[in-house]
Amino acid sequence: MSIIEKQNRRSFIKTTSLGTGGLIIGFNWLSSCKPDGSSSMRVIKEMPSVWTDINSYLKIGDNGLVTIMSPNPEIGQNIKTSMPMIIAEELDVDWNDVIVEQAGLNTEWYTRQVAGGSQSIRQGWESLRKAGASARKMLLQAAANEWQVDVSECSVSNGLVKGPNGEESDYGTLSAEAAKLEIPEDVELKDPSEFKIIGKSKGNVDMDGILGGDALFGIDTYREGMLYAAVVRPPAFGDKLVNYDDTEAKNVEGVSEILQFGDKIAVLADNTWTAFKAKELIKAEWKAEQDYEDSEYHDKKLTEALDKHDGNGRRSDGDVFEAFNNSDEIFERVYEAPFLPHNCLEPMNFFAHVTEEKAELVGPIQTPEWTEGRVATLLEMPKEKIDIQMTRMGGGFGRRLYGDFALEAAEISQKSGKPVQLMFSRDDDMLAGTYRPASKYRFKAGIKDGELYAYHLTEACFNGQMFGQMPSNFPCGSLDHYRVDSNTLESNITTGAWRAPYANFLAFAEQAFIDELAYKLQKDPVDFRIELLEKAAKDAESKDLSYEPQRLIAVIKLAAEKSDWANQKQSKNLGFSAYYSHNTYVAEVGESEMIDGNPKIRKIYCAVDCGIVVNPTGALNQIEGGIIDGIGHAMYGDFEFDKGRAQSSNFNQYRMIRMDEAPEIETYFVDSQIDPTGLGEPALPPAGGAIANSFAAATGKRMYKQPFVRNLDVPG
Amino acid sequence: MPTYNLKLNGNDITVTADAEMPLLWVLRDKLRLVGTKYGCGIAQCGACTVHLDGVAMRSCSLPISAIESGQEITTIEGLSENIDHPLQDAWREHDVPQCGYCQAGQIMTAAALLKDNKRPSDDEIESAMRGNLCRCGTYLRIKKAIKTASKNI
Repeated sequence: MSIIEKQNRRSFIKTTSLGTGGLIIGFNWLSSCKPDGSSSMRVIKEMPSVWTDINSYLKIGDNGLVTIMSPNPEIGQNIKTSMPMIIAEELDVDWNDVIVEQAGLNTEWYTRQVAGGSQSIRQGWESLRKAGASARKMLLQAAANEWQVDVSECSVSNGLVKGPNGEESDYGTLSAEAAKLEIPEDVELKDPSEFKIIGKSKGNVDMDGILGGDALFGIDTYREGMLYAAVVRPPAFGDKLVNYDDTEAKNVEGVSEILQFGDKIAVLADNTWTAFKAKELIKAEWKAEQDYEDSEYHDKKLTEALDKHDGNGRRSDGDVFEAFNNSDEIFERVYEAPFLPHNCLEPMNFFAHVTEEKAELVGPIQTPEWTEGRVATLLEMPKEKIDIQMTRMGGGFGRRLYGDFALEAAEISQKSGKPVQLMFSRDDDMLAGTYRPASKYRFKAGIKDGELYAYHLTEACFNGQMFGQMPSNFPCGSLDHYRVDSNTLESNITTGAWRAPYANFLAFAEQAFIDELAYKLQKDPVDFRIELLEKAAKDAESKDLSYEPQRLIAVIKLAAEKSDWANQKQSKNLGFSAYYSHNTYVAEVGESEMIDGNPKIRKIYCAVDCGIVVNPTGALNQIEGGIIDGIGHAMYGDFEFDKGRAQSSNFNQYRMIRMDEAPEIETYFVDSQIDPTGLGEPALPPAGGAIANSFAAATGKRMYKQPFVRNLDVPG
Repeated sequence: MPTYNLKLNGNDITVTADAEMPLLWVLRDKLRLVGTKYGCGIAQCGACTVHLDGVAMRSCSLPISAIESGQEITTIEGLSENIDHPLQDAWREHDVPQCGYCQAGQIMTAAALLKDNKRPSDDEIESAMRGNLCRCGTYLRIKKAIKTASKNI
């Protein structure tokens, strides 16, 4: 016990509104646990008869069972397991006595109930620890009061409190008295060396529900009297609705209503399939109100933007232009990426029931708070009357940051006066996306006396540009002459964050360029990176860098060591890549083999520094998933537009990585006691570079364009 | 609308549905068995996999009228009594899921594979599982879990 911190009272408002005297009786079990135990394999204690609220994150049953609220939305990043682990650690209970429940949106009790930017663990770390530690302190105090001893003489382990004279009591017994105490201002947090739960693998808390087919996801929502809605949306970006004929659709048995909202038409039916079927029978007439865009147009615009050379100077150290004049040679490469759909396996959907009095919304959403505000504006209702409940999500990847589907559901429910489950078909999901924007990056290196002398990165991207500190990423800080420019272009195609925004492609481009540049300078790619980073590390604090060069060096060295880079780079066609994103450092080495004249990716070695690893099994899952996702989209993610319309609308036209294409992955975490950072995104960005550089080692052919299948004959 | 008598997860049930309605939607919207998932509607992703007389089928592309009376339908809810099929145990052991959405379909495909081939090779696993997408990329754990289950079946 070493750290003493001031409390943030905002997170510790007692939940008195839920019951009198902090007691909750007859608690309703949610999907985290089945009341009859009929299909649950998890052995838990009997249900308690009385629950006592300790703070907004937890309540304790009279038999010692603890319910921990998981505040953030679960999209597969496993925070519904790892966030409660942090609370349980500081509370000091047996993990087997913990059940987890998804919290609803509550801006008074919780902060940042968002799934995005790999920030849940990093930003929740302190408040989650304090929630557990504060409850522990109250329980210890309750014991001390009962035994009439000083609290410093009491200790706790796994929910069992011991006093100086052999007294013993458990959390279940103490909880009612503890709840009457003031929430402490100061709490002591454990020293990481005392951790018993953090750092130990804990299986997914929703495992039994997932394996048993329980109603966990948004698409599984059901309410009595509910109708299913399918929506006809503009077929192309730029289209406006002129009129429509719904005669045939209306006659389909099971269709109860067809209504227009904005440029869209909703079909309400008594089941999803009928709604989908009737939707296809609507004859709508559309008019192009804006120019249709196509992939050729996108390509031309991006190239023009790169060639303008009048970017906004996101960062400029020294004078690259002058430095290029003084260089012996200029080495330049351009990298291209298409728009990409998210393709969450659970298509977009949301439940809404809007009445005069209130609006109930249930579904998969990464941004419940933002969405609540937008729904309030749309419905012209105060936020207090809007209740948003979060379900488990069948993937997010950024798509579910944008609550367009929740707004559609709310509007359809308001207009029809019915409880409505809005459902996107796969075609709807892929055609009405919020895509990763198409982009191009030009890297220009000035070479002088055989060394890298100046570095200029120019970005051209639709509807946005790399954000925050990204222009101060590697190799920033290692050169006197360094510059980043962004050129943003407008497109009427809706775009948004896609897992590891910007980094998901920029990392490949940068790491492919660095690799090619290293070989051009006749340097080993690993040595070249370390040489640059060691320069960056000098006076790093004064350089306003986004990253810590030493931590990046450490993962590079670890990945090089584990892949036996020095000895195997040629025989195994190793390709190196390292990237810092979302506060986490990752290095990856790709290994490929030639089969019938084509390279096949065999293995990825991965080294990660995310600080303390909260839940090793979950962390490893994120790393493997991120790498496979990164490889899949770099290899196959192809998405074209013609006349304002995406040319792929289902998985027969959009290739996704499958089991036989996923390489073996070997992951190593840097042993660290630094506060943890997130893992939902950081493993993805380096993957494209690792395989591209491995392919270059295998074939001599460089990748400049995603998807790689366009550059290369790849098996499968 | 016609009425169908189905043998579902060991029970005899009767359901009224459009003859063309895929089994997926009969299960989900009419019978409220929601473990079987909708992913693509065209038999490309495997999220909707169920067993028809022990054979893995894509229920999104199987009209209810194509099921013959007496054919046994098994969904994830009926795969085992207590979520303890060797595959479910192995999934738990390897902590397979991320978002979890595809996993029922993955397990149903794997269960049909292990029924016919108790000791599949890596290639046989990959070839049987190729039709099941996992957008989160849990393929390596799925493969490991199938191998573990194959030892316990």
